[in-house]
Amino acid sequence: MDLGWLVSTVSRALAFGVPLLWGTLGEIYAERSGVVNLGVEGMMILGAYAGFAVAQTVGVPALGLLAAAVVGAAAALWHAFLTVTLRANQYVSGLALTLFGLGLAGLLGRGWEGKPLRVPLGAITVPGLAEIPVLGPMLFVDQTILTYLGVLLAVILWVVLFRTRWGVVIRSVGESPATADSLGINVTLVRYLCVALGGLLAGVGGGYLSVAYRPSWTEGMTAGMGWIVIALTIFASWDPLRAIWGAFFFGALYHLSFRLQAYVSPELLKLMPYAFAILVLAVSGFGGARWRRRAPGSLGIPYVRGER
Amino acid sequence: MRAAAGSGHPDGPPESPHLIRLEEVTKSFPGVTANDRVTFEVRPGEVHALLGENGAGKTTLVNILYGLYRPDSGSIVVRGRRVAIRSPREAIALGVGMVHQHFKLVLPHTVAENAALGLPGTPFWAPARDVGRRLCALAERYGLPVDPDRRVWELSAGEQQRVEILKALLRGAQVLILDEPTSVLTPQETGELFKVLSRMREEGHGVIFISHKLTEVLEVADRITVMRRGRVVGTVAAAEANKPMLARMMVGREVVFRLTKAACTPGEAALSVEGIHVRNDRGLPAVRGATFHVCRGEIFGIAGIAGNGQRELVEALTGLRRIEQGKVRILGNEVTNRSPRFLADIGVAHVPEERIRMGIVPGLSVEENLILKRHHRPPFCRAGLLHLASVRRFAQGVIEEYGIVTSSPNTPAKLLSGGNIQKLILARELSGQPALVLAAHPTYGLDVGATEQIRDLLLRQRAGGAAVLLVSEDLEEVMELADRIAVMFRGEITGVVAGGEADREEIGLMMAGEERVRG
Repeated sequence: MDLGWLVSTVSRALAFGVPLLWGTLGEIYAERSGVVNLGVEGMMILGAYAGFAVAQTVGVPALGLLAAAVVGAAAALWHAFLTVTLRANQYVSGLALTLFGLGLAGLLGRGWEGKPLRVPLGAITVPGLAEIPVLGPMLFVDQTILTYLGVLLAVILWVVLFRTRWGVVIRSVGESPATADSLGINVTLVRYLCVALGGLLAGVGGGYLSVAYRPSWTEGMTAGMGWIVIALTIFASWDPLRAIWGAFFFGALYHLSFRLQAYVSPELLKLMPYAFAILVLAVSGFGGARWRRRAPGSLGIPYVRGER
Repeated sequence: MRAAAGSGHPDGPPESPHLIRLEEVTKSFPGVTANDRVTFEVRPGEVHALLGENGAGKTTLVNILYGLYRPDSGSIVVRGRRVAIRSPREAIALGVGMVHQHFKLVLPHTVAENAALGLPGTPFWAPARDVGRRLCALAERYGLPVDPDRRVWELSAGEQQRVEILKALLRGAQVLILDEPTSVLTPQETGELFKVLSRMREEGHGVIFISHKLTEVLEVADRITVMRRGRVVGTVAAAEANKPMLARMMVGREVVFRLTKAACTPGEAALSVEGIHVRNDRGLPAVRGATFHVCRGEIFGIAGIAGNGQRELVEALTGLRRIEQGKVRILGNEVTNRSPRFLADIGVAHVPEERIRMGIVPGLSVEENLILKRHHRPPFCRAGLLHLASVRRFAQGVIEEYGIVTSSPNTPAKLLSGGNIQKLILARELSGQPALVLAAHPTYGLDVGATEQIRDLLLRQRAGGAAVLLVSEDLEEVMELADRIAVMFRGEITGVVAGGEADREEIGLMMAGEERVRG
């Protein structure tokens, strides 16, 4: 194993971790406000499709990403309407959103199937930092702007969550909506905004795949990343900073599952990220109290103001 | 008493005699009129008690004041101005603060974060730091010491209540509503709360003090308004009131305060518990080495503030929770970690804490609920089939015997009132002549009539030679019924005293874990 191998592995792990990071940051906010959204996979694939369609038509990759964000947020708002306003079961609604997203994107994308994107989002080289030996090529060459924006966003979202007034409101709504309500907080609004933000970020994550990483459109190209995001949210114990290394760790697993194909059967390798996801959930289940204590107290429970 | 309500508010005088006034307020829910033309007011510098049984409409009334419910008719006047209170936010803006019976706190957050939530004027960045400082200043002024950086789940119920009061004061509450504030406090903590209330009185606040306990209402209030079945029975000055008079107003008939209780003639030990350790739902130790025994023919009371391991103890004794260490013997059998069915079969009756969630199957009929526990045995079950005629015969018998009010044995149990649900549970548990009765909070939330019946049933079990373990947060109840009283604090039995010579102060100290008494 020479150094070049390590450098390229880390570099690709970063690139592959980007959609996971964006998706996880979004899901962390949705769940911190008390709403589980299992529709991440659906929102990502819709984002991927919308991003590709707009970028291909207009020729501007940034507009593609914007479209991905808007479509992701719109899909999430549908989930918010069902679960917050109509108080539908969050798990059922999320699953429906995933199936719907996969189906709709597949249908709309038929004409584009397999087409490469005309103008993909370009890779950048960070001036100065790229010159650092080993670390430079690992971290600061051949990435798109979304890698760095994702990390910056994680830091910002952490600060907002734990060091600002908004954060107190969001966390309180997720822990104890009745308390927030009794102090005049609009629980519905907070949950809508957090779920919409979750969809927006998941949409960008999907758009990154079709506009920057591949860059092309294939049906089902998110390939289960949305589910990894759900597991990562728990793995990161709902903390945006922990989501960074969690996402890049799983990015590495994804990448290695391609890289090691010469030595291990590809079917087994493809299982790796999912096997790890199951392991994470199992461990967090066993660890019991300590992990669960960090889960927002009202996660998954619709809020109904106490009428008799 | 002020003049009767009317349109007589001459353009809102600058110094109106009341802080807030409800006039002719009516609020109905499907099937009940919770408040029927209620008029109620609070003046600056007074503690105005709202007295009534559970279901009398006290909580509904204050929920209207706090903007959680909208009244169907009637008006609210704040400092001489008619207002509509559509939400808690508007109530807070009008200077109304509320301490709910079940605290509205975010348990994993710090005290300061809880206080900062939704507080107007908190800085965007690091809100907890700023609010923590203001909290300390207020705490000093009113004598409510708190540590703003502690997490709320670490605090005792009394400390959590202080946080709730401070939260309201921080929001500029002129009128503070306290809903059953003493139900979670030790007698000493209650004393401290009353001191805080007199300080608030001096500062010109108005306090609405909701309670169903006559003694404390007489002690703390300036005026007392009594409610019954949604209506105001009357408002009296505390100085001119006494217990029998208030009880009569509250219940609508004469109330006997002393139960007739025969002398205790304890037999052999029916239950002996030797150093058991039990964990709670979070996996933390909840019962830590409890040792005691309960004899036939006695009522053994366990007092203590909720959350000190009583629930886990009862669940362990009924086979619902694993005992990690220690031994339990019932009627000479070693029963540690035996199944609930085994325990039921050897004659253990369980009156659970949450009567609707654990005591009945709400969707099943009254008669079906009555035979649960014995549904698998003759005469109710023959060759694997239910014998409906015997079920019906048995049900009709106990419905009569225990005075359960139900339209028919076929009525779903969930349609019964709280008192009748409790009677149903007792009928099921006691009709098999149990040797040991484990009763958790058997009269919680019941009206005076139902409470008397339930207590009488427990005393009859004792007279019939059963051992009764009574867990209750209501210290009065434990002192009245129990022959020996144990106090639980942080999972340990801090002491056992004889019921006859029990002293409130002493038990109160034990409830706060301050003193160990051998008995």
